[in-house]
Amino acid sequence: MINLLLFPVLIPFLTAMILMFFPKKVHAQRTVVIIGLAGSVAAAVWLLATVMTDGIQAVTLGSWPAPFGITMVSDPLSAGLVLTSNLITLFIAWYSFRSIGEGRERHFYYPAMMFMLTGINGAFTTGDIFNMFVFFEVLLMASYVLIVLGGEKRQLRESIKYILVNVISSAFFVTTVAMLYSVTGTLNMADISAKVSEIGQSGILTVIAVMLILVFGLKGAIFPLYFWLPGSYAAPPVPVLALFGALLTKVGVYSITRTVTLLLPNDPGFTHELLMVLAVLTIIAGCIGALAYFDLKQIIIYNIIIAVGVILFGVAQMNSAGLEGAVFYLIHDMLIKAALFMLIGVIIAVTGTSNLREMGGLMKTHPGLAWTWLIAAFGLAGIPPLSGFFGKLLIVEGAFEADNLWGGVIILASSLVVLLSVIRIFIHAFWGEPQPIAGVSAKVYRSLFIPAALLTAVTVFYGVGTEWLRPVMTDAAEILHEPSIYIDAVLKE
Amino acid sequence: MEIIMSVIIGFLFAGAVYLMLSRSLLRVIIGTGLLSHGAHLLILTMGGFGGDAPPVLTDGVTDFVDPLPQALILTAIVISFGVTAFFLVMAYRAYQELETDNMKLLKGNDEYD
Amino acid sequence: MKNSDVIIQTTTKVVFFMIFLFSIHIFFAGHYTPGGGFVGGLLTASAIVLLLLAFDIQTVRKALPFNYTVIIAIGLLLALGTASASILFDVPFFTHAYDDFRLPLFGLTSLHSAMMFDLGVYLVVVGATMTIILSIGSDD
Repeated sequence: MINLLLFPVLIPFLTAMILMFFPKKVHAQRTVVIIGLAGSVAAAVWLLATVMTDGIQAVTLGSWPAPFGITMVSDPLSAGLVLTSNLITLFIAWYSFRSIGEGRERHFYYPAMMFMLTGINGAFTTGDIFNMFVFFEVLLMASYVLIVLGGEKRQLRESIKYILVNVISSAFFVTTVAMLYSVTGTLNMADISAKVSEIGQSGILTVIAVMLILVFGLKGAIFPLYFWLPGSYAAPPVPVLALFGALLTKVGVYSITRTVTLLLPNDPGFTHELLMVLAVLTIIAGCIGALAYFDLKQIIIYNIIIAVGVILFGVAQMNSAGLEGAVFYLIHDMLIKAALFMLIGVIIAVTGTSNLREMGGLMKTHPGLAWTWLIAAFGLAGIPPLSGFFGKLLIVEGAFEADNLWGGVIILASSLVVLLSVIRIFIHAFWGEPQPIAGVSAKVYRSLFIPAALLTAVTVFYGVGTEWLRPVMTDAAEILHEPSIYIDAVLKE
Repeated sequence: MEIIMSVIIGFLFAGAVYLMLSRSLLRVIIGTGLLSHGAHLLILTMGGFGGDAPPVLTDGVTDFVDPLPQALILTAIVISFGVTAFFLVMAYRAYQELETDNMKLLKGNDEYD
Repeated sequence: MKNSDVIIQTTTKVVFFMIFLFSIHIFFAGHYTPGGGFVGGLLTASAIVLLLLAFDIQTVRKALPFNYTVIIAIGLLLALGTASASILFDVPFFTHAYDDFRLPLFGLTSLHSAMMFDLGVYLVVVGATMTIILSIGSDD
């Protein structure tokens, strides 16, 4: 099966097309979405197993020889991320049944979701820098539809800014690709990497590196380019927010990781130093935001920014411990952010508000929700044996190995702030005097809570099962650390 | 030729920045259009000009233009066409709903702080 | 918005078919020369827009009763289906097949599976453009 690595990209795409034929039949839409996503998850599991046993999978579209056609590459990192994205989308689709509202379901909510998943999986899988731009546009177009779907005033207002920021960053992406093409004469990332190590890293390549960080930083929300994120992400309803928060910024982070390790490994002095400083500033800015708000959505949104900083700090260490930690933490963060957003969706549905000051005493009425929230919160902060612990441990280890003592200390301190910010939600929402709550029927509550709790269980498994997952992460980090493995796999013929 | 193109691209980028900094939403959208035109011309320039040779690759022909930049530009044009069209629809809907196209009045968050 | 300009309406009735036929010509010309699905689709869409300008939306809806989102879906399916056919033969995705055939009436014709892909692109472009234009235009 030479085309196996394309299945997780093609199945959501096909599902989206089928869904477009009958937008008004809500029940049929739900059934098809779940079948399509289940198929996609199965294909991703198969792909990951194949990558682990047979090594990196690569196919060049249209039977062109390797550096000339568009190459799709699946290494443990991209296969793992593809599997995680599919799994999260499956849970969020299930969660949407009761929370998104029939109005949106009739207006291409599920097709847009599937197109976005197509773009995300494609961006994770592609080995061609221009093709990455195309997949970015696919996922962005779908995200424009998702963010504005429903057409509330606030959504319209925020989506204009969201679109504007992304259109500008796309134009910068094209500019960067043009400059890269003029310097190296190729668009295949493996080929670029090989050519760069031949010609050495000249000044123009450093400029290109900074532009790449700028482009992906705008999508991945690093300091100071995260300004658009809190406002835009808070506008759409919770399932869309969960999808965006879990997946979209991580595509930017993955792209920074891939390009910085693959294209620019030769002169870490400038680019990696820059990336590290930006990562630390991102963490600090995120911490301030996470403590400053009394709005449930905003607190978790600022936690996205902190996580982006932590992952990029691990990448900037450029040693195997730091990179492995970054990979571990990246997948952990996708899962835990989806779980947290789904849980705050449940809290908002139960209390009817997202303002912490107006809620309280949920422990008495919804104890299951409270304990699940506590587990997810501890997982986010990285308390062993939950999922965030091992990744952060490796990142800090990498920082100490690379003599970035202060950076490691800031990462550790940020864990405390993260814990404080989510425990504040616990204290305000679950302890205290019970407030009059809007309430939802037990049936709706169950169908919202069960997917959220199951996803939290997945994160617990991710933490407890670290030992079994370790080989995948080690392989992924090794390929990031040694680009020659990637290059040989792509240009093998 | 490269120098003329660079100047043109520079003008397009400058015009785009000027338009995007204005308050009217429509001018902002036109600005994004100019920005992507500048980026497309940049791809063409960076790919190298081949004079009037055709962009065709056949065995034995030595005088041809690199066809890749043109393919890239076509893709980028299609994408920017789609995005701009969507952006215009969005802007129109927002104008109907919010009754303003002034970016200054589109500020603000109704968050609990 | 009812437009009742006789000159525009009469001219449109003729010009519409000329633009439409030209768009089909451009679409097929894309096989060897400049042209193809994207340009052809835009031309077809512009012909329909001309109809919209000359008459009103209700008349055009009655004359061309298509659901444009379904047209997008059909186009995408055609494009993806053509590309995916390569999966069945276990060759890299997007590998095309082509050969020369001696057809009655046309003589020696080169047939290429990329043609089907381009037809998909054509339908997507027509569908997307018309969806966008109608979603703005149908408010008046």
